[in-house]
Amino acid sequence: MNGIGLALRGLHHGERALAQDLLRVSERHTGDHEIHHVARDLSAWSQRHVRELAEIGGRYGARLGTAHPLETGLGAKLRGKGGELVGHRGPPGMPLLHDLRHVHVQAAGVSLDWEMIAQAARGNRDTALLRLVERCHPDTLRQMRWANAHLKQLSAQVLHG
Amino acid sequence: MARIDRIAEPWGTRTPYGPGEDWPVRVDTFLEEGITPRDVDRWVPTASILHSNGDGMDIAVKDGRMVGVRGAAGDRINRGRLDPKDLYAWQAGASPDRLTRPLVRRNGTLVETDWDTAMDAVVRRSRELLDEQGSGAFGFYTSGQLFLEEYYTLTTIARAGIGTSHLDGNTRLCTATAAAALKESFGCDGQPGTYADIDHADVIALFGHNVAATQTVLWMRMLDRLAGPDPPRVICVDPRSTPVARMAAVHLAPRPGTNVALMNGLLHEIISAGRIDRDYVDAHAVGYEELERRVREYPPGRVAEICDVPEELIRRAAGLLGGAERLVSTVLQGFYQSHQATAAAVQVNNLHLIRGMLGSPGCGVLQMNGQPTAQNTRECGADGDLPGFRNWANDDHVADLARIWNVEPERIPHHAPPTHAMQIFRFAEQGSVRLLWISGTNPAVSMPDLARIRSVLAQERLFLVVQDIFPTETTELADVVLPAAAWGEKTGTFTNTDRTVHLSEKAVEPPGEARPDLEIFLDYAGRMGFTGRDGTPLVGWTGPESAFRAWQECSRGRPCDYTGLSYERLRAAGGVQWPCDRDHPDGTERLYSGGRFWAAPEYCESFGRDLVTGAPVEEVEYRSLNPSGKAVIRSAGYLPPHEAPDELRPFHLITGRTVHHFHTRTKTARAPQLRDAAPEVWVEMSAADAEAHDMREGDLAEVSSPRGVVHATVRVTGIRSGVLFLPFHYGYWDLPEGAARTRAANELTITDWDPASKQPLFKTGVATLRLLERGGGPSSADRAGEAGPARSRTAMAHEEPR
Repeated sequence: MNGIGLALRGLHHGERALAQDLLRVSERHTGDHEIHHVARDLSAWSQRHVRELAEIGGRYGARLGTAHPLETGLGAKLRGKGGELVGHRGPPGMPLLHDLRHVHVQAAGVSLDWEMIAQAARGNRDTALLRLVERCHPDTLRQMRWANAHLKQLSAQVLHG
Repeated sequence: MARIDRIAEPWGTRTPYGPGEDWPVRVDTFLEEGITPRDVDRWVPTASILHSNGDGMDIAVKDGRMVGVRGAAGDRINRGRLDPKDLYAWQAGASPDRLTRPLVRRNGTLVETDWDTAMDAVVRRSRELLDEQGSGAFGFYTSGQLFLEEYYTLTTIARAGIGTSHLDGNTRLCTATAAAALKESFGCDGQPGTYADIDHADVIALFGHNVAATQTVLWMRMLDRLAGPDPPRVICVDPRSTPVARMAAVHLAPRPGTNVALMNGLLHEIISAGRIDRDYVDAHAVGYEELERRVREYPPGRVAEICDVPEELIRRAAGLLGGAERLVSTVLQGFYQSHQATAAAVQVNNLHLIRGMLGSPGCGVLQMNGQPTAQNTRECGADGDLPGFRNWANDDHVADLARIWNVEPERIPHHAPPTHAMQIFRFAEQGSVRLLWISGTNPAVSMPDLARIRSVLAQERLFLVVQDIFPTETTELADVVLPAAAWGEKTGTFTNTDRTVHLSEKAVEPPGEARPDLEIFLDYAGRMGFTGRDGTPLVGWTGPESAFRAWQECSRGRPCDYTGLSYERLRAAGGVQWPCDRDHPDGTERLYSGGRFWAAPEYCESFGRDLVTGAPVEEVEYRSLNPSGKAVIRSAGYLPPHEAPDELRPFHLITGRTVHHFHTRTKTARAPQLRDAAPEVWVEMSAADAEAHDMREGDLAEVSSPRGVVHATVRVTGIRSGVLFLPFHYGYWDLPEGAARTRAANELTITDWDPASKQPLFKTGVATLRLLERGGGPSSADRAGEAGPARSRTAMAHEEPR
């Protein structure tokens, strides 16, 4: 596997984790309805990225599986840290801020991975790979902005309330 | 002069006219039995407040009482006509069960008290909370029923007095998407078109807008065009077979929740056929290429599958839209309260942008309002915006507002977008909003998922202030109830969907100790001692006219400029469309003529939001997208709805309005003609579904969703199969005490909202159905445009064509 293959593997891993994180956020914050619904929609974007990466990965010697489905339901809820089932520490809304912060950081990492792949694709004149980046990377940026926007909206109320 | 039962015939008699002609006058009058026009002491000018059409009208007064109403012949909106609700619902004002004294909760029970005691309780709790927690403890939730002066005063108090961002109106449930869609496309709220565009159109497209029920007078205008020479062709998008659908050249009845796919399919066909105005797009819009790429994914075959609409009908509708020379589009709750609301409504704007059909006669988009004074909540910043269409993300706009209010800019919260209603209720649920002040609305019936809303409002730790004209399901849960004066009992202005401002004058005295909402807010501001920078009172006005003048200053130089208006001017001229200023002394009929938009980064009201994630677009992003302030074409892909039918709950549930009732029936059910026209909730289903579930017209059915149950009488209608419709007006105040809470459609609706407009989705839930009781055959009530209800002697109104 060459460097691009390794980077694709890293990105694939990151996207899968982001898809899982967003699903967990959705399931843990059913009382925050917009978070609950939109996080699910945004997880679907990362799940699509995972599939598209798996399709292109073979060309760079990276065998990227899509076999393991994401965890949903109670298991994911319990395994998540700071979930509402675990009980409250601090004001209500703190676990949500924590989770949104985590999504933002995770998505930022994925975004950087897409940047690296884009540069490699440009250097390599691999238009198929560049098109993949152009399709997917904007989604990642939107996922980041989503988390960021909710953090901005909620922080004053949660931390001061 | 013709006499006609306007319950049985809600749209009255036709006065046909041709394209480009003036709509003929027809004056509708209803007077109390035994009263003739000669008996009337005076006619007091106002406009309708039971739908957003904004019809000009006069209240008949005799011996200090309202005794009837009459349409204003010279009014540009209605030319004398009135909606059935306007003809009859004024009678509610004299109901014996008006709130006439303030109430406070003592040992769990609401008891009568005086104004001082009630206001002291509110002020004491306000001061405690300001000391303990600060401004974030306060939430204000208002109406689409108050007047401009009242909203502006409330905004000033909430945003600069208390300093909270938690202020919204119930227009959130209704037209937040209209505002959001206009801001996305044009950088600014405010209707591009005018009702007069109906006089010129050759194609009228109604997207999720059952105008026959929601704005009957506008429908009369359309019907009169349809009855005249060279009539327009109508396109109707609605899963129900409405009166509009029956007059349509093409009726598309998509599966609920698929509007974006349908719109993308229509745009796909229009673009493929090359029926776009490329010069207009190049000169006046950004974002076209992305739209072209996006809609390529929506060929009619795929759209037909997603929406379950015949491919051929999609092509025919696109053919009509693409071939129109003067296209008027209207949009309402079928889009606004459904999945991907803003994305779908924005595609209607895109249709007009790519066809270059904006700002000239017959070429208008009307992103409708539902509540009559919704436009004022939006202008005055009593919803999720700052007053005067100022941009919360633009520091210069905030500084300008701070100058007008004579406060430091930091006093006006602008660290995030103003909080929307659903989030205010969430903060209350979690306990960080501890004082909620509700004025002129009834969330305990109108919001989604009522069991949840009741539990939020009933919390011990929440101090609930409710200001209204009648006892409601919401006042029942209040700590303090403030009795308000109603329309006709106070003076102020309000603005309809097409930006027409009317003055509504006080005709009679409010009952008992009830006070105008403006007086209540001014009293609170005085008692709280809110001051500006130099210690002078923050709220420096004392009555409606001085409040109006204060608002004029706030609107100066902004799109909704009112500086050319005055009470005197409105008295003389009737309705005038804003902007009305030195440059537009007679008002402005159409916005954006010649492709001149108000979307410049320095001037625009909003940088927009991501249509899927709802995240606000940042200023830098907007500047690079749209440096020169053109219209913005925003595209969006279709996403499946968040709740879809399955074996357990096989139906889509949609809810909506009806011709005879308004909001939660607090007024309309107190008018005998309207109450009797539709006294009970019903559920509509298709003949195929009725047969499959062994149900017949008149049976009592139980409709249930994961949230609750409703018991409703079955009506078999032309609705698409797999979809149930419930009218959402019914609540519990007029049921005997202890009756089961199985009547309000919102027992069933999901808590989910459009991420961009934050408008709840009342038309994207699921339900199941079972038979409770065999019934007694067809019901006659409220079948306007279908079977025709029984005639009623008491509903006879006059019509006088001129």
